Amino acid sequence: MDVAVEDPFLGYDCGPFFCELGTEREGDKGAAAAIRRRIAALGLGTLRARARAAETDLFNLGITFTVYSEANAIDRILPFDCIPRLITAGEWAHLDRGVRQRVAALNAFLEDIYHARHILKDGVVPAELVLGNANYRPEMEEFPVRFGTYVHIAGIDIVRDEAGEFRVLEDNARTPSGVSYVVENRHLMLRAFPDLMAGMRLAPVDDYGQRLRAALSEIAPDAALDPQVVLLSPGIYNSAYFEHVFLAREMGVPLVEGRDLSVEDDRVFMQTIAGPRPVHTIYRRIGDDFLDPTVFRPDSLLGVPGLIGAWRRGHVALANAVGTGVADDKAIYAYMPRIIRYYLGEEAILPNVETHICREAMGLAYTLDHLADLVVKPVGESGGYGITIGPRASVAELERARAALTADPANWISQPMVGLSVGPTLCEEGIRARHLDLRPFAVTGRETWVLPGGLTRVALKQGSLIVNSSQGGGSKDTWVLADGAPNGAPNGASA
Amino acid sequence: MNLAPPLLARYAESLFWMARYLERVENIARLIEVTYTFESPGRESESWYALVRINADEESFSQAHGVADPEAIKHFYLIEADNPTSIPAAIEAARTNARVLRPLISTEMWKQLNQFHHALTAISPAELEGDALSRLTDRIREGVQAQTGITEGTFFRDQSWHFHELGRLIERADQTTRLLDIKFHVLVPYAREERRVVELTQWGSVLRAAAGYHAFRRVAPVDFSPADVVAFLLTDGSFPRSVRLCLEEIERHLVSLRIRYGLGGTRAALERAEEMRALIGSAEVERLSAGGLHAFLDNLQSKLILLAAEIGTAFFRDWRPLATEPAGQQQTA
Repeated sequence: MDVAVEDPFLGYDCGPFFCELGTEREGDKGAAAAIRRRIAALGLGTLRARARAAETDLFNLGITFTVYSEANAIDRILPFDCIPRLITAGEWAHLDRGVRQRVAALNAFLEDIYHARHILKDGVVPAELVLGNANYRPEMEEFPVRFGTYVHIAGIDIVRDEAGEFRVLEDNARTPSGVSYVVENRHLMLRAFPDLMAGMRLAPVDDYGQRLRAALSEIAPDAALDPQVVLLSPGIYNSAYFEHVFLAREMGVPLVEGRDLSVEDDRVFMQTIAGPRPVHTIYRRIGDDFLDPTVFRPDSLLGVPGLIGAWRRGHVALANAVGTGVADDKAIYAYMPRIIRYYLGEEAILPNVETHICREAMGLAYTLDHLADLVVKPVGESGGYGITIGPRASVAELERARAALTADPANWISQPMVGLSVGPTLCEEGIRARHLDLRPFAVTGRETWVLPGGLTRVALKQGSLIVNSSQGGGSKDTWVLADGAPNGAPNGASA
Repeated sequence: MNLAPPLLARYAESLFWMARYLERVENIARLIEVTYTFESPGRESESWYALVRINADEESFSQAHGVADPEAIKHFYLIEADNPTSIPAAIEAARTNARVLRPLISTEMWKQLNQFHHALTAISPAELEGDALSRLTDRIREGVQAQTGITEGTFFRDQSWHFHELGRLIERADQTTRLLDIKFHVLVPYAREERRVVELTQWGSVLRAAAGYHAFRRVAPVDFSPADVVAFLLTDGSFPRSVRLCLEEIERHLVSLRIRYGLGGTRAALERAEEMRALIGSAEVERLSAGGLHAFLDNLQSKLILLAAEIGTAFFRDWRPLATEPAGQQQTA
């Protein structure tokens, strides 16, 4: 190269955090270094130009979510960072096992609490946490679901701490979203940065739709020889509509709205130009509350009157099952390591973030003693509200938290502040370290399959630990190295 | 391969309307083109007001603007999204339907429409002035034509295709009748011989706006009369925008739906289309052009509305309670 390009990694500092493209680790086979070299060779100017073009591409393709203000609808893209996040084959094998274990435990737990309730009787999980939970659905009691699978689609939020340990931050067992970005981000990288991944063997992400369709066909009622699967969406005004389109397209099934479906004699039909046609499995992207106005919220226009009746008669399958929200609740999260041990007789492969349960005397005492170092969160429905971040709280705020804790310990859990891992990210000032998380997606019919990688979310603000798109988060392509592949750069020394 | 299930009724409806709205965008651009070629010095307002009358917008226009001056009329049709007969409103409705159809239509169709929508909702007042206007209407026409080409080349030809084409052809036939009608609304204030020449010029403009001028010259007599133009636009068997050709194509699509997909619900619509074709076949164009053309075109427009209603009743509307439609999805014929 004739012109000397300033190293864009100059000024990159990951601080005390684990760097997903820098920290030495086994099995990397030089891939991270190769990616860094290639990015450096491109230079900041080229990176920025290509990143801008990539974002325009996303906008034109309508890979957007919609924000509604009073006057109009604005299409926004999820900000995309072009520097990929790398996961080695060994790391992925560990994550994959851990996610499958987690999903197995969630399903066993749901099966148990809606039937024999052994875990409650044995006192492993307090009964009132489950039975008094707003997301517990009495309609599910004694109702058998195929293969004992309640959570057909799960998204497990995982973070990596300073020591490089992967930990589960949250389970999403209702209707987790984001998988469309996993696939679209890969396509985008292939178009905009083919030279970055040249010669690298990455685990493919393209078969999600097929796997999902297969699982949804597996759970269809027995009588259906060629099951009709549909995706039930709230419609074009839903902010995740693009993802619904993506999933329907990838599976090759109709995207329906509640008004397309009707129930007759406990069977579900969709309205076509040739009249009603039977439906056997519904991948629903609407909440339990809105599914059936005759059973849940009577004001719901999104649902289908009679749907739950048809389901209970076994004439249609729903994914995910009704009532899974009780398993991904913050209060239950704290018990997940014990739940895994109880049903599977194993230790959690992916530990929780250390969690102190204040309804228990030990947990309360520890929390009160270390209040200034802990994040205190209310459990149950009010999630997000009432969080006190000890290290950033004033004395008065800490005292208020102490009072609230003492008044109703059962309403609280506490966790240490986790220093999330970082990845190099293209920012205004150059390439900088930004915090990341990871949401792998697991699909379960008869068995569980996990899409290699998952959605990597990145907090684009300096120092921020909040990766949500509503609060300045973006996403990255997640590269899982295929096992046994040489991952240096076979072609060309410059790479 | 498994046989695909029948098309969702809501998709059929959205395909029909997406195509209609897109065709409408192109035709509003064509109407504007013919209007500014009709402009005669000192009488600009009357020429432009013809546009308002053709669209039966007298009331909504006067509410929005009061006095009819050319600038306000251009603004009304090219910029004002809250005027349901404007180009921005039509492209917005087309895109809303396309969003519903995203699981069905090709990515290329969506991408083009999405970009076209962004362009059309950002038309600036400066683009309505002077020669910029003709460049703008060119651009609009070409945008729809690009969409038509992409659709032709990428859209899967199953039942969906037929509903798409039905919407497009019904709108096209309707717009051709409106284009013809514009002559009725533009008075020619000249004396006899001068008037004959001006009228010929105007009919030439109508033909050009319909993209039929050259084809017409090939088939028309040297000393063509207005009746020849009317006959060409209504009854020619080869001109893609003639009402007759549109009706023949409509019948062909309805027959395909009936035979290939066993959809007996096409019967009533087919009867309407045949009836209209007979009406056009028997029209005495010489007499019509001397007087009565406007009433005849009005009648055709009403019959097209009935034809669309037969398709709607058979395939979309009868099951769908209008009251539950979310705002923005109501379609306007």
